[in-house]
Amino acid sequence: MSIADWFTAREKRRYTQAGETPAPVAPQVPEGVWIACGGCRHPLEEREFISGGRVCPDCGHHHAMPAPERITALVDAGSFVEIDADLTGADPLLFEAAKSYRQSLDTAREKSGLSEAVITGRARIGATPLVLGVMDFRFIGASMGSAVGEKVSRAFDLATAERMPVVFVTASGGARMQEGMYSLMQMAKTSAAVKRHGDAGLAYVSVLTNPTYGGVTASFAVLADVLVAEPGAMIGFAGPRLVEQTIRKKLPKGFQTAETMLSHGMIDEIVPRSRMKEHLALLLGYLGSGAQGGER
Amino acid sequence: MARRYAMEFERPLFDLEAKLVELKRLDLSGNPDLLVEVSALSEEIERLRAETYTRLCAWDRVQIARHPDRPKTQHYIESLFTDVIEIHGDRAYGDDEAIWAGFATLSGTPVVVLGHNKGTDTKSNVRRNFGSPHPEGYRKAMRAMRLADKFGLPIVTFLDTAGAYPGIEAEEHGQALAIAESLALLSAVRVPVVVVGIGEGGSGGALAIGFGDHVLMLENAYFSVISPEMCSNILYKDPSQARIAAQQLKLTANDLLEFGIVDEVVSEPFGGAHHDAAAVIADVGKAVVAALAQMSSFGPDELVARRHERLNAIGVYGS
Repeated sequence: MSIADWFTAREKRRYTQAGETPAPVAPQVPEGVWIACGGCRHPLEEREFISGGRVCPDCGHHHAMPAPERITALVDAGSFVEIDADLTGADPLLFEAAKSYRQSLDTAREKSGLSEAVITGRARIGATPLVLGVMDFRFIGASMGSAVGEKVSRAFDLATAERMPVVFVTASGGARMQEGMYSLMQMAKTSAAVKRHGDAGLAYVSVLTNPTYGGVTASFAVLADVLVAEPGAMIGFAGPRLVEQTIRKKLPKGFQTAETMLSHGMIDEIVPRSRMKEHLALLLGYLGSGAQGGER
Repeated sequence: MARRYAMEFERPLFDLEAKLVELKRLDLSGNPDLLVEVSALSEEIERLRAETYTRLCAWDRVQIARHPDRPKTQHYIESLFTDVIEIHGDRAYGDDEAIWAGFATLSGTPVVVLGHNKGTDTKSNVRRNFGSPHPEGYRKAMRAMRLADKFGLPIVTFLDTAGAYPGIEAEEHGQALAIAESLALLSAVRVPVVVVGIGEGGSGGALAIGFGDHVLMLENAYFSVISPEMCSNILYKDPSQARIAAQQLKLTANDLLEFGIVDEVVSEPFGGAHHDAAAVIADVGKAVVAALAQMSSFGPDELVARRHERLNAIGVYGS
């Protein structure tokens, strides 16, 4: 294949734009529903808890956050335009386990209202235009199958083509094993897309949230210029249970927490959710909008 | 007769063979009944042998891929390459012997060789951590990739690992980061990359040096997102369903050829590569030489563009 052909081929798989559709809005919760904090069991009124960004006012525990809420919390109001909204998991292996993969996909779509485990799109944070990707753990543990890998890789390619930085908020159990090797290969596909973006002198910031594991950690999630994590987030390659089974010893306290990752030099900083937006805006200011970046 | 290593699916065959050996030890002269039994048993053994090795399921192939006598990276390097120089260390922490890296010459072509380095006995396996790398191993591999890139040497990699090591230190030293960086670097090296799956292809730990411009796989090698045992544990809540999980994961060389993830399958002798290691190694050598010759017609830009296009094309999704 000649290089010209390659560019034509790449054109063909460019992102699709959903028009001016905002991100799906979080479902309404009735008043007076109480839940217990996942960190300290403190009772929390659910509506207040959600409007407070799902952080416990008592112990500061950062709970899982649905992607649509995250997007609303991070971007300049009204600036998010989703791309590739229709891309969704297929079932190439016709995978059957206790539950069929097709069934898992249907359940996930229904429960989350999303078509896949990641939402990508154009947005602005502190007036900086960028491409944003946010993963949603509710969708099959935000595992990366073909559709997620494709959406991630197209998001980076869009940012490369339009010389924009990328912000990615990750959460994932790892590769989506029901897609077998198609899923594993997404690690290489997404890493290659990040590399193209970085080699074009463009900035990439990733925000690691609880939990980020396996094939997502070991590919695009940690290839960012600056790695930010939420407090208490569990981040790793192998899950703690597997590590414990392998070494047959108790794990050290704080193993794989963002705090331990920070002290081992594996991430740059821990930023609480309440300050994430302003922090990203500040950081992106240093890294440039891309216009100043030099092509390597 | 020395006790042979029997894979699960070979046990009925090996049991019969052992019975035959026992029978033959008896004094057969003047005992026509026993002679008849011996000949019947021999026939039964031949029938069972054909059945055992011609109807291999995915799980049987995983057993073959893990066979202790299966030729390892070390054997391919010793047999196929000349003027071998091994390099060591990640220049940061240590030298991980679970990854072999170095310079070598294949039929007159100088290349950089990388491989998961399973041991050949207990002692070497302990030193090489049974071929399961730590981050230091991937960082050494990246040094080798950079050298290949800098000096225009094609890269040949041999895959044979159950997976990257899931230990405390491995995690604390950035196993995920090492694999991710290796993937990014391998996607962008401006030299041909030929990959050979010779045994186990365990997940991200294999993929870190396991994709490129031409991917060869031995007939009984496997490449999988997760081990059949772990998949069975997670999805079937039952570790004994590994056979079914292996089937479902579509992890064999021929499955992956069909998916376009593998380009070429190298056949193995009846029963697996360990029955005729020399022939298999020679066949792999020929296939790698042919792949390198084919790649030599592409310039660096074209190589990288083709590699990226190939990666972009992998995946099945709806819209």
